[in-house]
Amino acid sequence: MTAQPILSVEGFSKQFELHEQNKLIPSSSDVDFNVYAGKLTALIGPTGAGKSSVLKGIFRTYLPSSGRIHYHCANGLVMDLARCDEHQILALRQTEIGFVTQFLHALPRQATEDVVAQPLFQRGMDREQARQKAREVLDKLTIPERLWGVPPATFSGGEKQRVNLARGLIAKPRLLLLDEPTASLDPKTTDVVVEMIQEMKLEGTAMLAIFHHPELVERLADNVVTLTPPTIDTAKEVA
Amino acid sequence: MTAMRQAKAVYPFGFLDEYAKKEVRRTVLKAIAIPGYQVPYSSREMPMGRGFGTGGLQLTLSLIGSNDTLKVIDQGSDDSVNAVNLRSFIEMTCEGINTTDVTDEADLIQSRHRIPEKPLREDQLIILQVPYPDPLVVVEPSEDKRKVMHGEADYSRLLVKLYEDIVQFDEITISHRYPTRINHHYIIDPSPIPRWDVPKLHQSKALILLGAGREKKIYAVPPYTDAEPLAFDDVPFRVENFIDQHGKRRACDRCGDTTSFLDEFTSSDGNKVYQCSDSDWCREQLQKKGA
Amino acid sequence: MEKILEVNKLTKVFGKGCPNCFDKTGPELDTNVCPDCGSVVAAHELSFDLYKGEILGIMGESGSGKSTVVKNLFFDQEPTSGHAIFYDDDKQYDLFSLNAAQKRHLRNHRFGMVYQNPHLGLNFGISSGGNIAERLLMNDLRHYKEIRERARELLERTEVLTNRMDELPGNFSGGMQQRVQIAKALAINPPLLFLDEVTTGLDLSVQAKILDLILEIQQEMNTAMIVVTHDLGVVRLLAGRTIVMKYGRIIESGLTDQILEDPQHAYTQRLVASAL
Repeated sequence: MTAQPILSVEGFSKQFELHEQNKLIPSSSDVDFNVYAGKLTALIGPTGAGKSSVLKGIFRTYLPSSGRIHYHCANGLVMDLARCDEHQILALRQTEIGFVTQFLHALPRQATEDVVAQPLFQRGMDREQARQKAREVLDKLTIPERLWGVPPATFSGGEKQRVNLARGLIAKPRLLLLDEPTASLDPKTTDVVVEMIQEMKLEGTAMLAIFHHPELVERLADNVVTLTPPTIDTAKEVA
Repeated sequence: MTAMRQAKAVYPFGFLDEYAKKEVRRTVLKAIAIPGYQVPYSSREMPMGRGFGTGGLQLTLSLIGSNDTLKVIDQGSDDSVNAVNLRSFIEMTCEGINTTDVTDEADLIQSRHRIPEKPLREDQLIILQVPYPDPLVVVEPSEDKRKVMHGEADYSRLLVKLYEDIVQFDEITISHRYPTRINHHYIIDPSPIPRWDVPKLHQSKALILLGAGREKKIYAVPPYTDAEPLAFDDVPFRVENFIDQHGKRRACDRCGDTTSFLDEFTSSDGNKVYQCSDSDWCREQLQKKGA
Repeated sequence: MEKILEVNKLTKVFGKGCPNCFDKTGPELDTNVCPDCGSVVAAHELSFDLYKGEILGIMGESGSGKSTVVKNLFFDQEPTSGHAIFYDDDKQYDLFSLNAAQKRHLRNHRFGMVYQNPHLGLNFGISSGGNIAERLLMNDLRHYKEIRERARELLERTEVLTNRMDELPGNFSGGMQQRVQIAKALAINPPLLFLDEVTTGLDLSVQAKILDLILEIQQEMNTAMIVVTHDLGVVRLLAGRTIVMKYGRIIESGLTDQILEDPQHAYTQRLVASAL
């Protein structure tokens, strides 16, 4: 590959120090890979291989224990996401890096269309304009119109997941992290999501994803990175 | 009267001892130097209850000289009980002074609740008796905090009072003691004069001194000083207009004048009667008519 | 991104203090009361910064000193030592060395505060509209109709029924009083707003509405905010970054989701574990 990666992860490890149990729990160790604009890199491996930890480490929801995460910003600068200032991370989250997780966190009582429009609100877009965009994405993801004005708290797992996806996709980030975005979707909706992801790839979005189904990896991934779980005996007592 | 004649022998000119008078004079100088600022002083015990004009009285006794002419009024009248009593006390304790009812003839005027209608001159001095010197007392109970507010000219809470007034009554309903800003900083309680008299504070030729005996404060509006009643840009300060139900300015039932502040009485037959509040003004108007 | 506030080694001790106060208190010693002199160390060398339009959460249990921070910054208390620089457009102010008039100027013109107890933020003797008018009058607005119009707009914005604007705040529910307080704080469009446990004690549904309102305001006006709370849910929903405090010390600070999902300090781990 000749293109410059948008993200390159080198020697990434994450371990948790649990003070209460006095234990170090390893989650990922020595992970290396690149992510390119317009391409999707899939992380695969058994449960416990630390796939989610890698995504959260890149998003800085987890503090990486070691390694470098070089991100090439839109303005040409290269930042190490493992170390850079929290304000820089916040700025990148607002404009360049998106994350669709398996769980939906939203303000209670907030209408679904407002939940989805949040990233646009945060960028200071006119609220009505942002809502209009949210409705378009919700429509695309086949969320029935009668649910748009209702908070998603009472939605089914699949509906919540689609709301979460809608929120992640609406912002059109340069780098999108996807953690099992289709886990609880039916085949028809999964097809819609696949189509949307392919569209975003064409628009140049770089993606790093964990998929529940190997079939999706086949359909969407340009590169595949296999992670192996850290061996149990690396879990050690804190000295 | 016997007791008072004896008093003449015992007490010095002006009843107060020289130290007390000096202190009041110093306080007056400070009050003039900081227009509108309430200067504390050690208000002396007087042979009358506090609240009966002892603040004004101490100012008069400290400032009057034996060749001065004094006028004492209460609500515009020279003949009301409070005015008569104060006048005779000052006459008895200040040997040689003259007294008068005529505004023009007075060097020094002690007054409760009114400023004479006749514009005062540079060579005249008016002393107003004050029951409550601090306009902020209605919004802030702590004197410490009030002092800070005055110092920082923080009067927004007073303006809120006006705002609430307009919300409730569509106009500013303060009839007496109208908060007035002196020389663009301190806001004073100008004593219970009606709104009618407030504009007379502005650029007054005469020195205006205000004395609160019970509250132990003296403050001043020096001659040619700005005095602006608090108001909103779109709800300006207004004086009483004395318009009757036909839209006509009421006249004094006695002298017929239509330019003075009127008192309202109910006569023995139950009718409303209007008369000049300033009795000397009324007398002068009658005199002019007779001439 | 521009800095709006920089706090450096803010320290507040209640009591006469002694040379041992700081060595003998703190999270490790499980107390903020100095055993030698009985002084309370409410804050010890707290340093942090805040950017324009950012919401910073300060989280801790009662006695952690979290409210002390905003009370010192809003001049309700005076710090024992430390500095805080407020960057206001082209000016900057060293907050703790200002005179009374300068402090009052910033309080009235540049800062807003919403207290847990509405009695601290509102004057219950005057109408809700009057409370907002006061803040506008402090800013030298002297036009009655304009003041009234602006007060009505603000109450509408915070979803207080404007036909009740001439009622006393005492007639309102707790949630409504907080809305009036927020409207009052916002009256002058402050670039910096302090929120001290603003949703504590309110019904859950009311809490959600208030949090939503705060977020909307931050997005609309780009107001920088410090949100003090003991509630993990509040920082999760509002704050981009969070500081965790205990016994007057900063235990840890970081991105809010990192604090909640990957807390580093034993105390934060316990706090998060017991809340989720």
